[in-house]
Amino acid sequence: MRYVIIGGSAGGIGACESIREVDPVNELVLISDEPFPQYSRPMISDFLAGKATFDKMMYRDDDFWQKNRVDLKAGRKVVHLNLNERLVELDDEEKIGFEKLLIATGGKPIVPKTDGIDKKGVFTFTTISDAERLAATAKKNQKAVVIGGGLIGISVADALVERGVAVTIIELKDRILNLILDEAASRIIGDFMEDSGVTIITGQTVKTIIGRLDDDTAVGGVVLSNGEEIQCDMVVFAIGVILRTELVAGTDVKTNRGIIVDRRMHTNVPDVYACGDVAEVYDFVFGENRVLPLWPTAHLGGRVAGYNMAGKKAEFPGGTAMSALKYFGVSVISVGLVNPVNGEEYDVVVQHDSAGNVYRKMVFRNDVIVGFTLVNDIERAGILFYLMHSRLNVKNFGSQLVSDDFSLASLPSDIRRKLFLEGTKWTTSPE
Amino acid sequence: MRRILVFEEYCMGCGLCEIHCKVQHSQSKDIIKAYNREQPKPLSRTKLVKAKPVSFAVQCRHCEDPPCVTACLSGAMHQDEESGLVVHDKDKCIGCWTCIMVCPYGAISMDVSGSGVVAKCDLCQTLDIPACVANCPNEALVFEEVVPEQ
Repeated sequence: MRYVIIGGSAGGIGACESIREVDPVNELVLISDEPFPQYSRPMISDFLAGKATFDKMMYRDDDFWQKNRVDLKAGRKVVHLNLNERLVELDDEEKIGFEKLLIATGGKPIVPKTDGIDKKGVFTFTTISDAERLAATAKKNQKAVVIGGGLIGISVADALVERGVAVTIIELKDRILNLILDEAASRIIGDFMEDSGVTIITGQTVKTIIGRLDDDTAVGGVVLSNGEEIQCDMVVFAIGVILRTELVAGTDVKTNRGIIVDRRMHTNVPDVYACGDVAEVYDFVFGENRVLPLWPTAHLGGRVAGYNMAGKKAEFPGGTAMSALKYFGVSVISVGLVNPVNGEEYDVVVQHDSAGNVYRKMVFRNDVIVGFTLVNDIERAGILFYLMHSRLNVKNFGSQLVSDDFSLASLPSDIRRKLFLEGTKWTTSPE
Repeated sequence: MRRILVFEEYCMGCGLCEIHCKVQHSQSKDIIKAYNREQPKPLSRTKLVKAKPVSFAVQCRHCEDPPCVTACLSGAMHQDEESGLVVHDKDKCIGCWTCIMVCPYGAISMDVSGSGVVAKCDLCQTLDIPACVANCPNEALVFEEVVPEQ
């Protein structure tokens, strides 16, 4: 009996842990195309900013693989899956058989076909190698253009500013962080970014990357879709990731945008599981499977997959778009549906103290929380997440959730008692 | 394993739990210095919450299956294999606030003026009884052996 895991980040690591909780004996092989997979990818911006050393970035201890008796094949790539014969084939033609397989291959950054893309000074920002390359290049008083104002774009901008680089963000939509924040919250963080010297250009994209006058092979600037030219020394693409589903192409494994899995992280093919960014997992707000490329969701899914692979029954408790951020001195937690489009279906409560840059927004549907955003006063976010994930009816106290003095004590006693007795169901416990 | 039990019906809202937690987590462990002199100001890891007539103190419950550990981006929040306690390594923490997003008790604090990262109850590892419990005048906080499920 052998478990094989492809991918050694949040999901793969989670699966190793839960498999070993249940099954200390059978063989466990993990293949990762990175040399040191056990680092925290979200921390690459801390690394680039000089706030975290390589050691500090280690998500698990150096002896993690050894301790869990994982046969780690690092820096290796799976090139082919043979699901009929239950074999994975590596880049050096080694073939490894499996009884249980987990696909946790994640995503890779989208780099759209753009003129000038092959010039020196074009980067992406997903892995530690990306961060190391950028760290070796980015120097004080240089200029960078970051394409994309989402989470990755903001995180790389924050790190570059820390390094003394002047950053311009080019966002196609009308505001930065538009997928996770509404206009008001986006404005607060945008103001802080501009105060830190970041230029934010919205409604534009980069058409061409142009070379330097003295060296056309190196980045000298970009031309926007409106024809405007911006001089810069480096360009970072941060417009999103495509899922690495290529291994299952041509197999029976069903995919949509990502690999489709059930609540046990099982694909439609027996003994083949998927988790992390590459999988479409259950979103409890939408009640359907979606791609949720988030570290905690990936780790949670990996743990659930591991339990099931090892023969214990565990269910993914559901995720949703959920982000905590601290960039440019602004702390934000935003969860679920915060930009409802059909106004009639939703009730929205907002409290905005613009002087203190404190912002709270709750979105309800049929008296159940479906989304919230907190800016700069975020310590009670987990209570809201609990109410939201538990789908509790908040009709009688929903409007108080945005008030300054809301606390656990404000909840009805039956909810409070249930919480203290049972805790949250956002867990991975097997049956 | 011993855990802090909270009895809201006995809580008077006096706030001594927070005061003594703060002192216990100060550098000097001296109430006057902790309140008047120390910089950064020590932070209470127990939170007295009030909504009249209800009041009680809440601190990390040291969940059996802790969501903060699952969500942690850096590996700073972890569960001690022997004690089962949820342990926070402040040197490893980057203060991304992801644990705060998923703690159903709202028991994790942002130690912005101190370490710059999060802080939470450690059950006062150097004391027999956690400071908040020892100084609760009305037994609204009790430190007791609890039997884990299963």
